[in-house]
Amino acid sequence: MQKRIKEKALELLNTGVVDRVLGWKIGEFFYDLTPAVFETAEEVEENFVYSGFSGANLSKYLIAQSRAGGKVAVFLKPCDSYSFQQLLKEHRILRENVYVVGISCDGMLDIEKIRAAGCDGVIAVKENVDSLEVETLYDKKTLNRNDCLLERCLVCKSKKVVVFDEMIGENGEEQETARFEMVAKLEAMSPEDRFEFWRGELSRCIRCNACRNVCPACSCEKCVFDNDKSGLRNKAAADDFEENLFHLIRAFHVAGRCTDCGECSRVCPQNIPLHLLNRKYIKDINELYGEYQAGADMETKSPLTNFTFEDCEPSIIHERGGV
Amino acid sequence: MKKIARSELNALFAAISAQKQLYIPADTKAGQAQFTLWQDGIVLTDKLNTVRSAKDLFFPQVEQIVNFKVTGKTMEIIENRDVSEPFVVFGVRACDCRSFDILDTVFLADPVDTFYQTRRENGLVITMACSRPEETCFCGAFGIDAANPAGDITCWMDENALYWRANTQKGEELTATLSILVDCDNTAVASMQEKTREILKKLPLNDLDLSNFDSKKLLEYFNADVWTELSESCLGCGTCTFVCPTCQCYDVQDFDNGREVRRFRCWDSCMYSDFTMMAHGTNRPTQKERFRQRFMHKLVYYPSNNGGVFGCVGCGRCLQKCPIHMNIVKVAKKLKEAVK
Repeated sequence: MQKRIKEKALELLNTGVVDRVLGWKIGEFFYDLTPAVFETAEEVEENFVYSGFSGANLSKYLIAQSRAGGKVAVFLKPCDSYSFQQLLKEHRILRENVYVVGISCDGMLDIEKIRAAGCDGVIAVKENVDSLEVETLYDKKTLNRNDCLLERCLVCKSKKVVVFDEMIGENGEEQETARFEMVAKLEAMSPEDRFEFWRGELSRCIRCNACRNVCPACSCEKCVFDNDKSGLRNKAAADDFEENLFHLIRAFHVAGRCTDCGECSRVCPQNIPLHLLNRKYIKDINELYGEYQAGADMETKSPLTNFTFEDCEPSIIHERGGV
Repeated sequence: MKKIARSELNALFAAISAQKQLYIPADTKAGQAQFTLWQDGIVLTDKLNTVRSAKDLFFPQVEQIVNFKVTGKTMEIIENRDVSEPFVVFGVRACDCRSFDILDTVFLADPVDTFYQTRRENGLVITMACSRPEETCFCGAFGIDAANPAGDITCWMDENALYWRANTQKGEELTATLSILVDCDNTAVASMQEKTREILKKLPLNDLDLSNFDSKKLLEYFNADVWTELSESCLGCGTCTFVCPTCQCYDVQDFDNGREVRRFRCWDSCMYSDFTMMAHGTNRPTQKERFRQRFMHKLVYYPSNNGGVFGCVGCGRCLQKCPIHMNIVKVAKKLKEAVK
């Protein structure tokens, strides 16, 4: 796969189909790939890497890249393509300036899980179909590949690249997933226990804004929380609950537009399971307004910006046992 | 040199905690280490380092400065600063311990920051030598010896025991109160140190050479073309600055509810678009300038003002936590290539 993707990047540059390629760049180690723009074949030859550590979703970069002149190629994994299409739908990306190469995906790896499996001081890894051979400063270990996947990949909702100009590898299909399992568990908790759960998780927030800044749905040119004139800048929270609310508000703001790409949880330095908030809203939307997957197509109207006579009434909150 | 069996660690923590507040690195629910107020049941982590650095205890993310109360034409000033009590922080790594020296040059220089100063005076630092450094560690590049950290007291730990050496008067005083510690020679520690230093030599970033950073070339570094490429995928979040033990920028904010003004100090990040916003706007309009500021500060500005000491201690947190894996090592190497 790595070879075919790299060859494609070279071909697109060499034949002049595109002026730039957006991909992943080699790091100091095997796992620390950085999203990068490649302008020459030499740069691609030297630095382009695609591996199990190419987890970063490149879609959001295209908001700026599609306006930077010329044409840019991008490699999108299935879940990335939902984010891309959602941004297209919101008129945030100029489609005509982007050449999309869809790539099939077997799940992306989580270096934190590899470390947590007792591999401190990781220096090399060999990816096999089902296993990882990890070399550390101290020993060698073989891990089950499945145990090292990002959370979002363990509950992958779709192997289908929903928008592309060409595919590398075979395009897959949407699939059944257990992604709402944890949300259902939280729903089944007593309000007190659920409050405790979220207070416990969200109290670790250091308000670095990594979740917001990586989020393809958070694409405002200037976030209200960065605007010193908004009165909401909130660099110092008045109390520790205010910090917690930031995440609830952010999740509400992206409700109906969040594709569940999982980047928020991937980048959180404090390992807060932020995706659970988004999934709660997705699950609610599915149940109250009918199944809806943001980014799945260009036509379906988002339930939260659309009105139908079948929409639920406000009394639904009471009927579901809320107060 | 003193020691105590590892099975007695809890008793040691209890003995310290009986005198002063004690913070130790313990695992959070998410399985990462964090300095936590010790009480019975809090267990020392087996992780190499905490996600948030030890600076938090001296320079907290948010602190109250003062309140103002306005009644008619009079304004009352209400002192409400957090009254810091004497505390002990246990398990600080060599890198974080060195970061205090860097923070000191900023906060204890004239005009002295009394908030920080009080916490420094109240704090007693017990360091823990490293025995299993990770691939992201590069404290050696800054002349730090992870096998022999500084601090008021230095500890080493093997499978059986914790070894303890007081370095300062403060450390001696605490040691004298802990009868639970028994005397020992330094044979075990010497052999641990030797082992650790062998590993340190093998670390992939051990050969990171920063000798090229010369303040005479300040403008060349500043104007280097590579900043565009280095910063192109930076998300502009504050992760690197907030997990960094040496980042010390802050903002002062007022909450005004019409009757009372609460003045806070909070961490700020040069990566943020509203950082040091002035009446005329900002002089760092794009992420490139913000990104450049952070690394120029650590690699060029700080050393040129502080006798060549870098504003980084090689803890490796930014290497592990940056969402896009851009970090000071990549920047330093690229700059070295770019500016001859």
